[in-house]
This record gives sequence, structure tokens and C-alpha cells, in this order.
Amino acid sequence: MSKENNIIRSSDIFLLKCQTGIRGMDDITDGGIPGGRPTLVCGSAGCGKTLLAIEFLVHGAIKYDEPGVFMSFEESSEELAQNVASLGFDLNELVSAHKLILDHVSIEPGEIEETGEYDLEGLFIRLNHSIDSIGAKRVVLDTIESLFGGLANESILRAELRRLFRWLKAKGVTAIITGERGEGTLTRHGLEEYVSDCVILLDNRVEGQITTRRLRIIKYRGSKHGTNEYPFLIDEMGISVLPITSLGLRHVVSSERISSGISRLDTMMGGEGYYRGSSILVSGTAGTGKTSIAASFADAACNRGERCLYFAFEESPSQIIRNMLSIGIDLEPWIKQELLDIYAVRPTIYGLETHLVKMYKLVREFKPKVVIIDPVTNLIAIGSDTEVKSMLSRLIDFLKSNQITAFFTNLSHTGAALEQTEFGISSLMDTWLLLRDIEIGSERNRGLYILKSRGMAHSNQIREFLLTDDGIDLVDVYLGPAGVLTGTARIAQEIQEKAAQNLHKREIEQKKREIYRRRAAIKARIAALNSEFEESQEDFDKLTQQEEAQERTLAEEQAKIAHLRAADKPNENQ
Amino acid sequence: MNEPEITDDKEEFDRSLQQGGTQTYVLRLYITGITPRSTIAIQNVKKICEENLKGRYELEVIDIYQQPMLAKDEQIIAAPTLIKRLPLPLKRLIGDMTDKERIFVGLDLWPK
Repeated sequence: MSKENNIIRSSDIFLLKCQTGIRGMDDITDGGIPGGRPTLVCGSAGCGKTLLAIEFLVHGAIKYDEPGVFMSFEESSEELAQNVASLGFDLNELVSAHKLILDHVSIEPGEIEETGEYDLEGLFIRLNHSIDSIGAKRVVLDTIESLFGGLANESILRAELRRLFRWLKAKGVTAIITGERGEGTLTRHGLEEYVSDCVILLDNRVEGQITTRRLRIIKYRGSKHGTNEYPFLIDEMGISVLPITSLGLRHVVSSERISSGISRLDTMMGGEGYYRGSSILVSGTAGTGKTSIAASFADAACNRGERCLYFAFEESPSQIIRNMLSIGIDLEPWIKQELLDIYAVRPTIYGLETHLVKMYKLVREFKPKVVIIDPVTNLIAIGSDTEVKSMLSRLIDFLKSNQITAFFTNLSHTGAALEQTEFGISSLMDTWLLLRDIEIGSERNRGLYILKSRGMAHSNQIREFLLTDDGIDLVDVYLGPAGVLTGTARIAQEIQEKAAQNLHKREIEQKKREIYRRRAAIKARIAALNSEFEESQEDFDKLTQQEEAQERTLAEEQAKIAHLRAADKPNENQ
Repeated sequence: MNEPEITDDKEEFDRSLQQGGTQTYVLRLYITGITPRSTIAIQNVKKICEENLKGRYELEVIDIYQQPMLAKDEQIIAAPTLIKRLPLPLKRLIGDMTDKERIFVGLDLWPK
């Protein structure tokens, strides 16, 4: 068996794997389909079996230097080449480069007469010759079951098919055998009996008028593989299968902060904005400005020179650009500089899974740093709650693991609880901004607050959210006994407050003047009392003097009388 | 080619054989080596040709092991395969040519 570097050897199991090169396919098969063995790809008509097989060969020839043989039992080589030319595969070029051989096995039942015992050695020789002539490592048989339509002897056919698959294994080529799905069986003629190493089922299901292609690995001997149904997409680039991403929560997180594009909002989140690689949800009822916040964020990202991918499920790109221009956000230059890409599509155009695959693909191609999905709620129209949630969790995981900041808007229905998202997706979000209508005084205004923001200190305040000509502005709301006031009510309240303040000022001044006056009056009274006091002192002094004079006069009079009476002189000298 | 009338009259049948018997048959027998089945097929084809198409047939026996390219060009799947290239329409007779009735139908030797 070939051990070239392109057939990878799994470290824990000794099974050679052959990379298909189909996007996502090698992830879910843990490295590719079994190398050197046949793999059965079955599915109903039109589900992409032939395309998958062709891609396997084309990638083999181009990417892995493994030439291939395509044995077609249905379409002619010319038809095949034409059919896949639209996917950018030039089969004729590969054929002339000896990297591919197309062999159309045509069976006309009308031409054939069975005249006894036979075998399919002719087919073996053809295949063998083709394989050997270009050293093919890959073989496709599409759809070998057509033999059952051309040849009547089923027992010979079965024996020969068994022999063919053994022979392919012995030849060491990696083969894809396609088979049409039968009633209750994987293939109409039970090919799964012979090809037992790996069986892949393709499916094209219609639910609610929307088709989704799905792929499932039914069986893979000797290897671990994803067991789920994986949606896949056929577009102008071929097949892409959505790989498993939700296996673990192991993505590295960044502590880098990026601006939301609204400086006041950054302030509310510790002054720095969102975390890079986090998921942000903005929910609000209709017309609360979700798209404006999203556009601000996109604008800020482009300003930093980062690429931004905007998925619009409601408005066309030109409509978004026009509307955002009205609030001073000009997105058009960013589109011209290829920093911004608005991908607008009606949600109902595909199934949910197809959307997801498409988004993955676009993200891989555009390599944005910021992805905006506006609004995420529109996807509900095309899936059940659990489907939407699972799809979103896969999307968020995918974006997070790629360090892409995801921004979702969520339309809440009026009447429903605001702090509740449609499908409980809030638990998937790191930052949740809530926009709400505040209806006071016969007007509606917008309020914004941060409901949660993981890993950062954030403001608990409601801010009034204004859409101005120069973008979004957040202002403090008036908090008073009547509750939160916004808009005109806030302005009125502010005026009222100012008036009250003026009044108060005047009152105080008046009081002050009164006190001055009173103090002046008291002062005057003090002065009056003082003079009274002085007056009474003078009176007192006068009285004292009078009395002294009187006493003196009295003593003099007495002495005079005593002298006159010649009275005994009081023994003064005794 | 003349459309033979359906009849169970022996004379009519012989006559139609005579009428159709003017055409030259170009036959190719593709075999895969000298296997017992190949050998039986060669013997059976030769016998039928000698008995029914004496003097107006070309038979070429080709071993596709030797010329594998022919397998693709001639759209060979089964072995042995006898291809009646002429007269038209083209027919592929597969098997070891033991079912005489089927061979007669395939080679248009038998009135249908």
C-alpha cells in the first residue's frame, strides 16, 4: 500500500487515511476516508454523490498528487466535464495532464444478449488498464449499480461485485463507490454488503419548503468519526461540510479590549469596551437602535483597520448604508476598502444549516475580526428553537475559536419579557446590552443598559440612548421620585430643576438680607442701651456727689450748732 | 434489412433465411485469455457461424488481456463478449455462447 506523505498515518490506530480535500469532510472523518479501501457513498438522486466523488479525484490530482480514475456508469465523460466546469474544475485539463482518466461505461440493455456463463473481466481489465496507465491512487465507480439494470443475471453480478471490491483492496487504491438509496436499504442492490469499511450517507431533506443537504458517516471501521448528521453545501466552490466545532470549550480567550464605537458605552464597560473574541448580544424591541449600535461597532472595527463581516437578514446593504449615513456613520468607504462586507440574504432562502455552512465559508474567505449578525432572530423563521440554538452555539464556538468578535442583534417582541431571548441564547453571550423603550409623557425614548458583561466591571446605570446626526450618544437619565425620565420629560425636568434652583437662591438671598437687617437693628438697640447705661451712670454719680455734699453740709451744720450750744466737746482726746 | 414475416410455415422460414442470408456478418469475439470459458465460447461461436453463416462472416477473436485499450473503446464489460458489428443493429452477446436460442436472437438468425 502506498505510504506517501499525503496518506496520513493516524498516531493511535494503524489505519491509513486518504484525505479527500473536501472542506470539512476530513475533519469529521478524522483525517479522511480509509486509504487503500473502498468507501460507499450512498444517497437518493440529486444529493451530490457524483460531485463528492469528482471532488475527491480532483483534489487528489491537484492537491495530493494522486491521480485518479473516474468510471462512470451513468454520465458520459463530456457530460461530466460540463457539469463540474461550473464549479471551476477543468476535467479535460486534468485528463490531458494524465492526472485523471474518465471512463464512461455505457450499458445498453437492448444491445445485450446473455448467452451463458460470463464474468465482468472486461470491466476489471478496463479499470486495471486505466489505473496502471497513470499510476492512479484513487478510483471512483459511479454508480456501479447501473450494471443491475443492464445485466440480468444477478447471481453472476453479485459474485463479480464481491470480487471487484476485493480486487480494489488488493490493488491498494482508495475507492469511492456511489450507490442510489433504496427502499429501506442504503443502496438499491445492497452494495453495503460488499463495501463495509466506510459508508457515508448523503441526504437532501425538505423541511418547511427549505432543503438542507446532510451528510452522515454510518460506519467507519477502525476509526473514530463524527456520528452526527452534518449539513453540507454545494456552491460555486464545490462541497463544504460543516465540521464539528462544538466538541469542546477550549478556545483561548483574549484580554484585549476593543471599542464599541460609542465612547460612552466603552465608559460603561470599564472604559475599554468589549473583549476581543467575545460574543455580544443587543436585544430590544423594534426601532430601539440595534442596527445603529451594530453599525457603530462595524465602523469602529474598520477604523482600527480590521475587517468586518456583516450578515444582514433584514435590510439590503444599500439600505443599511443609507440609514446609517443619517446618523453620521458612513460605511461606504469601508466597503470600497474591502474592510467591510455586507452579506444580505433572506433567511428563508436556505435551511438553517445551510446558512451556517455559508457563514463559515464566508468567514473563512473574508477572514474578518468582527462578525455582525443582524438580526439573529430572523433565523427562527426557518428552524425550531433547539435547531436555532444549536446552530448559534456552533457558530459562536467557531467564531470564538477564531478569535472573532461576534455581535448579534436580537429583536424582542413587545409584550414579551425583555430580559429573555427567543431561544435562550443569552447564556451563550458574554456581553448583553439591552435597549428598551421608555414611554413617558406621550413619547418614546430609548434607554440602554448592560445586563451582563462577563469578566469586567460594568456600569449598572440606565443611559438614555440618543441617535444624533453625529452618531450615537448616551446621556444620563433623570432619576427622580417619578422614576426614570427621558427625552422631553428629562429636559423639562431639567428646566424645572433649574427654575427651582433659581428660586431657592433668591430665597436664601432674601433671608440673608433679612438677617442683616435684624442684625443692624440689634446693633442699633445695643447702641441705645449703651447710651442709656451711660446716662444712668451719670445719674448715679450725680446722686452720689449730691449725697456727699449733703452729708458734708449736715456735719458742718451740726458742728456749728454744737459750737453754738457750747456743748461739751466730745472728748475727742480721750 | 428485410423484415421477415412471422409465420410457422417451414418453407416460408427457409425462404426468409435465404433472403436474409445475403448479408455479411462482421463479428468480434472478445475473450480474456485462455480460460475454459473462453475456449467454450470460441468453439460455440465458430460452430454456429459455420452452420448458419458459412462463407459470409468475418470473425475476429481478440484477447483483451493483450489489448486492454480495446476494452474501453469497445465498451466491453463482460467476458466473453461477441459483438455483431454488421449487420446493424449492433448487438453484444455475452456469455460462453451455450444458449443457442439467445445467440440466434442476438445474431438475428431466428425470425422473431
